[in-house]
Amino acid sequence: MVETMVSVKEIWRLLGEVKDPELPVVNLVEMGIVRNVALEGNSVIVTITPTFTGCPALHTMQGDIVEHLNEVGIDDVKVEVTLAPAWSTEWITEEAREKLRDFGLTPPPRHNGDFDLLLVETVACPYCGSDNTITKNNWGPTPCRAIYYCNSCQQGFELFKPL
Amino acid sequence: MRADLHEALSARLLAMADDELILGHRDSEWCGHAPILEEDIAFANLALDELGHAIIWYQLYAELIGRDPETLPDELAYQRPAADFQNVRIVELPKGDWAFTLVRQYLFDVYEAVMLEKMAESQYDLLAGAAAKIRKEEIYHQRHTSAWVRRLGLGTEESHQRMQIALDSLWPEALSLFQPLPNDEVLAEAWIVPRLADAQAAWEGQVRPWLTDAGLTVPGDVHAAGKRGQHSKHLAQILDDLQEVTRLFPDNQW
Repeated sequence: MVETMVSVKEIWRLLGEVKDPELPVVNLVEMGIVRNVALEGNSVIVTITPTFTGCPALHTMQGDIVEHLNEVGIDDVKVEVTLAPAWSTEWITEEAREKLRDFGLTPPPRHNGDFDLLLVETVACPYCGSDNTITKNNWGPTPCRAIYYCNSCQQGFELFKPL
Repeated sequence: MRADLHEALSARLLAMADDELILGHRDSEWCGHAPILEEDIAFANLALDELGHAIIWYQLYAELIGRDPETLPDELAYQRPAADFQNVRIVELPKGDWAFTLVRQYLFDVYEAVMLEKMAESQYDLLAGAAAKIRKEEIYHQRHTSAWVRRLGLGTEESHQRMQIALDSLWPEALSLFQPLPNDEVLAEAWIVPRLADAQAAWEGQVRPWLTDAGLTVPGDVHAAGKRGQHSKHLAQILDDLQEVTRLFPDNQW
Protein backbone atom coordinates (compact mmCIF):
# COMPACT_ATOMS: atom_id res chain seq x y z
CA MET A 1 0.00 0.00 0.00
CA VAL A 2 1.28 3.41 -0.89
CA GLU A 3 0.27 6.20 1.43
CA THR A 4 0.84 9.02 -1.02
CA MET A 5 -1.42 9.15 -4.03
CA VAL A 6 0.36 8.87 -7.32
CA SER A 7 -0.95 11.12 -10.05
CA VAL A 8 -2.22 9.81 -13.36
CA LYS A 9 0.40 11.95 -15.05
CA GLU A 10 3.17 10.28 -13.04
CA ILE A 11 1.86 6.83 -13.97
CA TRP A 12 1.92 7.75 -17.66
CA ARG A 13 5.53 8.84 -17.18
CA LEU A 14 6.38 5.52 -15.50
CA LEU A 15 4.66 3.55 -18.25
CA GLY A 16 6.89 5.40 -20.70
CA GLU A 17 9.75 3.46 -19.12
CA VAL A 18 8.24 0.05 -19.96
CA LYS A 19 9.85 -1.30 -23.12
CA ASP A 20 8.08 -3.18 -25.89
CA PRO A 21 9.21 -6.78 -25.24
CA GLU A 22 9.71 -7.52 -28.95
CA LEU A 23 11.22 -4.13 -29.84
CA PRO A 24 13.12 -2.93 -26.77
CA VAL A 25 14.12 0.36 -28.43
CA VAL A 26 10.58 1.73 -28.00
CA ASN A 27 8.20 1.95 -25.04
CA LEU A 28 4.55 0.98 -24.66
CA VAL A 29 3.30 4.57 -24.52
CA GLU A 30 4.95 5.85 -27.69
CA MET A 31 3.77 2.70 -29.52
CA GLY A 32 0.18 3.65 -28.71
CA ILE A 33 -0.33 0.41 -26.79
CA VAL A 34 -1.29 2.11 -23.50
CA ARG A 35 -4.76 3.55 -24.05
CA ASN A 36 -5.82 4.76 -20.62
CA VAL A 37 -4.75 5.19 -17.01
CA ALA A 38 -7.32 5.52 -14.23
CA LEU A 39 -7.29 5.59 -10.44
CA GLU A 40 -10.05 3.79 -8.60
CA GLY A 41 -9.65 3.95 -4.85
CA ASN A 42 -6.19 2.55 -4.22
CA SER A 43 -6.08 0.72 -7.54
CA VAL A 44 -4.33 1.80 -10.69
CA ILE A 45 -6.09 0.56 -13.80
CA VAL A 46 -4.04 0.57 -16.99
CA THR A 47 -5.82 -0.20 -20.24
CA ILE A 48 -3.75 -1.54 -23.13
CA THR A 49 -4.60 -2.75 -26.62
CA PRO A 50 -2.81 -5.46 -28.64
CA THR A 51 -0.98 -4.53 -31.83
CA PHE A 52 -1.73 -7.80 -33.65
CA THR A 53 -4.27 -9.99 -31.84
CA GLY A 54 -2.21 -13.16 -31.84
CA CYS A 55 0.85 -11.34 -30.52
CA PRO A 56 2.26 -13.44 -27.68
CA ALA A 57 3.94 -10.33 -26.25
CA LEU A 58 0.61 -9.16 -24.82
CA HIS A 59 0.92 -11.26 -21.66
CA THR A 60 4.54 -10.20 -21.22
CA MET A 61 3.48 -6.55 -21.51
CA GLN A 62 0.80 -7.01 -18.85
CA GLY A 63 3.38 -8.57 -16.52
CA ASP A 64 6.01 -5.93 -17.28
CA ILE A 65 3.60 -3.09 -16.47
CA VAL A 66 2.61 -4.61 -13.12
CA GLU A 67 6.23 -5.35 -12.26
CA HIS A 68 7.48 -1.87 -13.15
CA LEU A 69 4.79 -0.08 -11.14
CA ASN A 70 5.31 -2.49 -8.22
CA GLU A 71 9.00 -1.57 -8.22
CA VAL A 72 8.20 2.05 -7.42
CA GLY A 73 5.78 1.09 -4.68
CA ILE A 74 2.48 1.04 -6.57
CA ASP A 75 1.13 -2.33 -5.45
CA ASP A 76 -2.43 -2.49 -6.63
CA VAL A 77 -2.23 -2.53 -10.42
CA LYS A 78 -4.74 -4.00 -12.84
CA VAL A 79 -4.03 -4.20 -16.55
CA GLU A 80 -7.11 -4.46 -18.73
CA VAL A 81 -7.14 -5.23 -22.43
CA THR A 82 -9.41 -3.52 -24.94
CA LEU A 83 -9.84 -4.31 -28.63
CA ALA A 84 -11.76 -1.22 -29.68
CA PRO A 85 -10.88 1.07 -31.22
CA ALA A 86 -8.50 -1.23 -33.09
CA TRP A 87 -4.83 -0.37 -32.68
CA SER A 88 -3.37 1.54 -35.58
CA THR A 89 0.22 2.18 -36.61
CA GLU A 90 -0.90 5.80 -36.97
CA TRP A 91 -0.69 5.96 -33.14
CA ILE A 92 3.08 5.39 -33.12
CA THR A 93 4.74 8.72 -32.30
CA GLU A 94 7.20 10.44 -34.63
CA GLU A 95 9.99 9.88 -32.11
CA ALA A 96 9.25 6.15 -31.90
CA ARG A 97 9.23 5.91 -35.70
CA GLU A 98 12.76 7.31 -35.76
CA LYS A 99 13.85 4.81 -33.10
CA LEU A 100 12.43 1.97 -35.21
CA ARG A 101 14.34 3.22 -38.25
CA ASP A 102 17.59 3.38 -36.27
CA PHE A 103 16.88 -0.19 -35.15
CA GLY A 104 16.83 -1.27 -38.83
CA LEU A 105 13.06 -1.42 -39.18
CA THR A 106 11.33 0.74 -41.75
CA PRO A 107 8.52 2.49 -39.84
CA PRO A 108 4.98 1.81 -41.05
CA PRO A 109 3.95 4.08 -43.94
CA ARG A 110 1.50 6.81 -42.90
CA HIS A 111 -2.11 6.28 -44.00
CA ASN A 112 -4.30 8.55 -41.82
CA GLY A 113 -6.64 5.68 -41.11
CA ASP A 114 -7.24 4.94 -44.78
CA PHE A 115 -5.26 1.72 -44.95
CA ASP A 116 -4.39 0.41 -48.40
CA LEU A 117 -2.20 -2.50 -49.46
CA LEU A 118 -0.43 -0.28 -51.99
CA LEU A 119 1.40 1.08 -48.94
CA VAL A 120 3.46 -2.08 -48.68
CA GLU A 121 4.29 -2.30 -52.39
CA THR A 122 6.95 0.41 -52.34
CA VAL A 123 8.96 0.48 -49.15
CA ALA A 124 12.10 2.54 -48.55
CA CYS A 125 15.23 0.87 -47.19
CA PRO A 126 15.93 2.07 -43.61
CA TYR A 127 19.70 2.04 -44.27
CA CYS A 128 20.13 3.86 -47.60
CA GLY A 129 16.65 5.23 -48.26
CA SER A 130 16.35 3.57 -51.68
CA ASP A 131 12.94 2.54 -53.03
CA ASN A 132 14.54 -0.21 -55.08
CA THR A 133 13.43 -2.94 -52.70
CA ILE A 134 11.52 -6.22 -52.94
CA THR A 135 9.26 -8.13 -50.55
CA LYS A 136 10.81 -11.36 -49.37
CA ASN A 137 8.09 -12.30 -46.93
CA ASN A 138 4.79 -10.83 -45.76
CA TRP A 139 5.66 -11.94 -42.22
CA GLY A 140 8.81 -11.95 -40.16
CA PRO A 141 9.94 -12.84 -36.66
CA THR A 142 6.64 -11.40 -35.38
CA PRO A 143 3.25 -10.90 -37.10
CA CYS A 144 3.77 -7.12 -37.19
CA ARG A 145 6.89 -7.32 -39.36
CA ALA A 146 7.59 -8.18 -42.99
CA ILE A 147 10.96 -9.00 -44.59
CA TYR A 148 12.33 -6.99 -47.52
CA TYR A 149 15.55 -6.82 -49.47
CA CYS A 150 17.22 -3.66 -50.75
CA ASN A 151 18.67 -4.03 -54.25
CA SER A 152 20.64 -0.78 -53.88
CA CYS A 153 22.67 -1.46 -50.75
CA GLN A 154 22.12 -5.23 -50.94
CA GLN A 155 20.88 -5.66 -47.41
CA GLY A 156 17.91 -7.39 -45.95
CA PHE A 157 15.67 -5.32 -43.69
CA GLU A 158 12.29 -5.43 -42.01
CA LEU A 159 9.17 -3.31 -42.33
CA PHE A 160 6.86 -2.61 -39.44
CA LYS A 161 3.63 -3.33 -41.31
CA PRO A 162 0.99 -0.61 -41.46
CA LEU A 163 -2.23 -1.55 -39.69
CA MET B 1 -30.26 -9.18 -24.60
CA ARG B 2 -33.34 -11.13 -25.72
CA ALA B 3 -33.15 -14.84 -24.88
CA ASP B 4 -33.39 -16.03 -28.50
CA LEU B 5 -30.65 -13.62 -29.60
CA HIS B 6 -28.49 -14.68 -26.68
CA GLU B 7 -28.79 -18.35 -27.62
CA ALA B 8 -28.19 -17.72 -31.33
CA LEU B 9 -25.22 -15.42 -30.80
CA SER B 10 -23.48 -17.72 -28.33
CA ALA B 11 -23.81 -20.62 -30.80
CA ARG B 12 -22.47 -18.47 -33.65
CA LEU B 13 -19.48 -17.18 -31.60
CA LEU B 14 -18.52 -20.69 -30.55
CA ALA B 15 -18.69 -21.87 -34.17
CA MET B 16 -16.49 -18.97 -35.32
CA ALA B 17 -13.96 -19.65 -32.56
CA ASP B 18 -13.78 -23.35 -33.31
CA ASP B 19 -13.17 -22.66 -37.01
CA GLU B 20 -10.22 -20.43 -36.16
CA LEU B 21 -8.72 -22.79 -33.59
CA ILE B 22 -8.79 -25.83 -35.86
CA LEU B 23 -7.61 -23.99 -38.97
CA GLY B 24 -4.84 -22.41 -36.92
CA HIS B 25 -3.77 -25.86 -35.82
CA ARG B 26 -3.67 -27.12 -39.41
CA ASP B 27 -1.66 -24.05 -40.45
CA SER B 28 0.83 -24.69 -37.65
CA GLU B 29 1.54 -28.13 -39.10
CA TRP B 30 3.54 -26.44 -41.88
CA CYS B 31 6.01 -25.08 -39.35
CA GLY B 32 9.27 -26.80 -40.26
CA HIS B 33 7.72 -28.48 -43.32
CA ALA B 34 6.72 -25.73 -45.77
CA PRO B 35 8.17 -25.92 -49.29
CA ILE B 36 10.31 -22.81 -48.74
CA LEU B 37 11.60 -21.06 -45.62
CA GLU B 38 9.53 -17.93 -46.32
CA GLU B 39 6.32 -19.96 -46.21
CA ASP B 40 7.44 -21.73 -43.07
CA ILE B 41 7.55 -18.30 -41.43
CA ALA B 42 4.38 -17.10 -43.12
CA PHE B 43 2.28 -20.09 -42.08
CA ALA B 44 3.60 -20.03 -38.53
CA ASN B 45 2.39 -16.41 -38.38
CA LEU B 46 -0.94 -17.23 -40.01
CA ALA B 47 -1.42 -19.94 -37.39
CA LEU B 48 -0.61 -17.42 -34.66
CA ASP B 49 -3.14 -14.96 -36.05
CA GLU B 50 -5.89 -17.57 -36.29
CA LEU B 51 -5.23 -18.67 -32.71
CA GLY B 52 -5.38 -15.03 -31.60
CA HIS B 53 -8.72 -14.66 -33.38
CA ALA B 54 -10.00 -17.91 -31.81
CA ILE B 55 -9.18 -16.56 -28.35
CA ILE B 56 -11.08 -13.34 -29.06
CA TRP B 57 -14.21 -15.21 -30.17
CA TYR B 58 -13.95 -17.61 -27.19
CA GLN B 59 -13.65 -14.61 -24.87
CA LEU B 60 -16.71 -12.91 -26.36
CA TYR B 61 -18.55 -16.22 -25.97
CA ALA B 62 -17.42 -16.45 -22.34
CA GLU B 63 -18.58 -12.92 -21.57
CA LEU B 64 -21.92 -13.57 -23.21
CA ILE B 65 -22.63 -16.72 -21.20
CA GLY B 66 -21.23 -15.26 -17.98
CA ARG B 67 -18.05 -17.32 -17.73
CA ASP B 68 -14.47 -16.22 -17.04
CA PRO B 69 -12.90 -15.03 -20.33
CA GLU B 70 -9.42 -15.73 -18.92
CA THR B 71 -9.94 -19.45 -18.30
CA LEU B 72 -12.77 -20.56 -20.58
CA PRO B 73 -10.79 -20.46 -23.89
CA ASP B 74 -8.29 -23.04 -22.60
CA GLU B 75 -11.07 -25.18 -21.17
CA LEU B 76 -12.91 -25.19 -24.49
CA ALA B 77 -9.80 -25.94 -26.54
CA TYR B 78 -8.32 -28.62 -24.30
CA GLN B 79 -11.20 -30.35 -22.57
CA ARG B 80 -13.96 -30.88 -25.10
CA PRO B 81 -14.52 -34.06 -27.11
CA ALA B 82 -14.69 -33.83 -30.91
CA ALA B 83 -18.49 -34.15 -30.93
CA ASP B 84 -18.82 -30.82 -29.05
CA PHE B 85 -16.80 -28.82 -31.59
CA GLN B 86 -18.90 -26.61 -33.85
CA ASN B 87 -16.35 -26.00 -36.59
CA VAL B 88 -17.09 -26.62 -40.22
CA ARG B 89 -15.39 -29.65 -41.78
CA ILE B 90 -13.19 -27.76 -44.26
CA VAL B 91 -10.88 -26.53 -41.50
CA GLU B 92 -10.22 -29.97 -40.02
CA LEU B 93 -9.24 -31.81 -43.22
CA PRO B 94 -5.56 -32.86 -43.29
CA LYS B 95 -3.25 -30.21 -44.68
CA GLY B 96 -2.71 -32.19 -47.89
CA ASP B 97 -0.26 -30.79 -50.43
CA TRP B 98 0.71 -27.14 -50.76
CA ALA B 99 -2.06 -26.54 -53.32
CA PHE B 100 -4.72 -27.94 -50.98
CA THR B 101 -3.52 -25.77 -48.10
CA LEU B 102 -3.44 -22.62 -50.24
CA VAL B 103 -6.87 -23.15 -51.80
CA ARG B 104 -8.43 -23.86 -48.41
CA GLN B 105 -6.79 -20.86 -46.78
CA TYR B 106 -7.75 -18.59 -49.67
CA LEU B 107 -11.42 -19.68 -49.71
CA PHE B 108 -11.57 -19.30 -45.93
CA ASP B 109 -9.80 -15.91 -45.95
CA VAL B 110 -12.32 -14.44 -48.37
CA TYR B 111 -15.21 -15.92 -46.33
CA GLU B 112 -13.79 -14.25 -43.23
CA ALA B 113 -13.23 -10.96 -45.05
CA VAL B 114 -16.86 -10.70 -46.20
CA MET B 115 -18.21 -11.72 -42.77
CA LEU B 116 -15.91 -9.35 -40.89
CA GLU B 117 -16.73 -6.41 -43.14
CA LYS B 118 -20.39 -6.72 -42.16
CA MET B 119 -19.75 -7.70 -38.55
CA ALA B 120 -17.67 -4.54 -38.07
CA GLU B 121 -21.06 -2.77 -38.24
CA SER B 122 -22.82 -5.21 -35.91
CA GLN B 123 -25.42 -3.92 -33.48
CA TYR B 124 -23.58 -5.91 -30.80
CA ASP B 125 -20.76 -3.50 -29.96
CA LEU B 126 -18.26 -6.06 -28.67
CA LEU B 127 -18.58 -8.05 -31.88
CA ALA B 128 -18.25 -4.92 -34.02
CA GLY B 129 -15.07 -3.86 -32.19
CA ALA B 130 -13.44 -7.28 -32.46
CA ALA B 131 -14.41 -7.66 -36.12
CA ALA B 132 -12.92 -4.26 -37.00
CA LYS B 133 -9.68 -5.32 -35.33
CA ILE B 134 -9.44 -8.78 -36.90
CA ARG B 135 -10.43 -7.48 -40.32
CA LYS B 136 -7.28 -5.39 -40.66
CA GLU B 137 -5.06 -8.41 -40.03
CA GLU B 138 -7.02 -10.54 -42.45
CA ILE B 139 -6.18 -8.09 -45.24
CA TYR B 140 -2.62 -9.43 -45.08
CA HIS B 141 -3.81 -13.03 -45.14
CA GLN B 142 -5.91 -12.50 -48.21
CA ARG B 143 -3.15 -10.64 -50.01
CA HIS B 144 -0.82 -13.56 -49.38
CA THR B 145 -3.10 -16.44 -50.29
CA SER B 146 -4.71 -14.78 -53.30
CA ALA B 147 -1.24 -14.16 -54.77
CA TRP B 148 -0.36 -17.83 -54.28
CA VAL B 149 -3.59 -18.99 -55.93
CA ARG B 150 -2.68 -16.98 -59.00
CA ARG B 151 0.94 -18.04 -58.96
CA LEU B 152 0.16 -21.75 -58.76
CA GLY B 153 -2.95 -21.68 -60.95
CA LEU B 154 -0.97 -20.03 -63.76
CA GLY B 155 2.32 -21.75 -62.90
CA THR B 156 3.48 -25.08 -64.27
CA GLU B 157 1.29 -27.84 -65.62
CA GLU B 158 1.76 -29.73 -62.37
CA SER B 159 0.98 -26.77 -60.10
CA HIS B 160 -2.13 -25.99 -62.15
CA GLN B 161 -3.29 -29.60 -62.00
CA ARG B 162 -2.77 -29.82 -58.24
CA MET B 163 -4.68 -26.57 -57.74
CA GLN B 164 -7.61 -27.80 -59.83
CA ILE B 165 -7.75 -31.10 -57.90
CA ALA B 166 -7.69 -29.14 -54.63
CA LEU B 167 -10.42 -26.78 -55.79
CA ASP B 168 -12.64 -29.65 -56.97
CA SER B 169 -12.51 -31.31 -53.56
CA LEU B 170 -12.65 -28.12 -51.49
CA TRP B 171 -15.44 -26.20 -53.24
CA PRO B 172 -18.34 -28.23 -51.73
CA GLU B 173 -16.59 -28.11 -48.35
CA ALA B 174 -16.30 -24.33 -48.61
CA LEU B 175 -20.02 -24.04 -49.41
CA SER B 176 -20.67 -25.59 -45.98
CA LEU B 177 -19.34 -22.38 -44.44
CA PHE B 178 -22.61 -20.77 -45.52
CA GLN B 179 -24.93 -23.41 -44.04
CA PRO B 180 -26.73 -21.51 -41.29
CA LEU B 181 -26.99 -22.67 -37.71
CA PRO B 182 -30.59 -23.34 -36.58
CA ASN B 183 -31.05 -19.90 -34.97
CA ASP B 184 -28.93 -17.71 -37.26
CA GLU B 185 -31.89 -15.94 -38.83
CA VAL B 186 -32.72 -13.91 -35.70
CA LEU B 187 -29.15 -12.57 -35.69
CA ALA B 188 -29.51 -11.35 -39.25
CA GLU B 189 -32.86 -9.71 -38.48
CA ALA B 190 -31.32 -7.90 -35.51
CA TRP B 191 -28.29 -6.76 -37.59
CA ILE B 192 -25.90 -8.61 -35.29
CA VAL B 193 -24.38 -11.13 -37.71
CA PRO B 194 -24.81 -10.90 -41.50
CA ARG B 195 -27.15 -13.31 -43.25
CA LEU B 196 -25.06 -16.19 -44.61
CA ALA B 197 -26.85 -16.22 -47.94
CA ASP B 198 -25.78 -12.59 -48.47
CA ALA B 199 -22.24 -13.44 -47.37
CA GLN B 200 -22.15 -16.32 -49.84
CA ALA B 201 -23.18 -14.03 -52.69
CA ALA B 202 -20.43 -11.56 -51.75
CA TRP B 203 -17.93 -14.41 -51.39
CA GLU B 204 -18.74 -15.93 -54.78
CA GLY B 205 -18.58 -12.47 -56.31
CA GLN B 206 -14.95 -12.31 -55.22
CA VAL B 207 -13.62 -15.84 -55.49
CA ARG B 208 -15.20 -16.89 -58.81
CA PRO B 209 -13.50 -14.22 -60.98
CA TRP B 210 -10.22 -14.56 -59.10
CA LEU B 211 -10.12 -18.34 -59.54
CA THR B 212 -11.11 -18.04 -63.20
CA ASP B 213 -8.37 -15.48 -63.81
CA ALA B 214 -5.97 -17.93 -62.17
CA GLY B 215 -6.87 -20.42 -64.90
CA LEU B 216 -8.99 -22.61 -62.63
CA THR B 217 -12.47 -23.97 -63.22
CA VAL B 218 -15.02 -23.60 -60.43
CA PRO B 219 -17.00 -26.85 -60.15
CA GLY B 220 -20.59 -26.47 -61.39
CA ASP B 221 -23.82 -27.74 -59.86
CA VAL B 222 -22.28 -28.64 -56.53
CA HIS B 223 -23.98 -28.62 -53.13
CA ALA B 224 -22.53 -27.99 -49.69
CA ALA B 225 -20.71 -31.07 -48.43
CA GLY B 226 -22.39 -31.03 -45.05
CA LYS B 227 -23.65 -29.06 -42.11
CA ARG B 228 -21.64 -27.30 -39.45
CA GLY B 229 -20.69 -29.59 -36.57
CA GLN B 230 -20.67 -32.76 -38.72
CA HIS B 231 -17.13 -34.02 -38.41
CA SER B 232 -14.74 -36.30 -40.23
CA LYS B 233 -12.48 -38.70 -38.36
CA HIS B 234 -9.73 -36.10 -38.74
CA LEU B 235 -11.02 -33.81 -35.99
CA ALA B 236 -10.52 -36.47 -33.32
CA GLN B 237 -6.98 -36.94 -34.63
CA ILE B 238 -6.28 -33.21 -34.30
CA LEU B 239 -7.58 -33.26 -30.74
CA ASP B 240 -5.41 -36.28 -29.88
CA ASP B 241 -2.49 -34.06 -30.77
CA LEU B 242 -3.80 -30.75 -29.40
CA GLN B 243 -5.09 -32.19 -26.11
CA GLU B 244 -2.37 -34.77 -25.50
CA VAL B 245 -0.61 -32.95 -22.65
CA THR B 246 -3.85 -31.88 -20.95
CA ARG B 247 -5.12 -35.45 -20.99
CA LEU B 248 -1.89 -36.70 -19.43
CA PHE B 249 -1.66 -33.92 -16.84
CA PRO B 250 -5.13 -32.43 -16.24
CA ASP B 251 -5.10 -28.97 -14.63
CA ASN B 252 -1.32 -28.82 -14.75
CA GLN B 253 0.15 -25.31 -14.73
CA TRP B 254 3.12 -24.19 -16.76
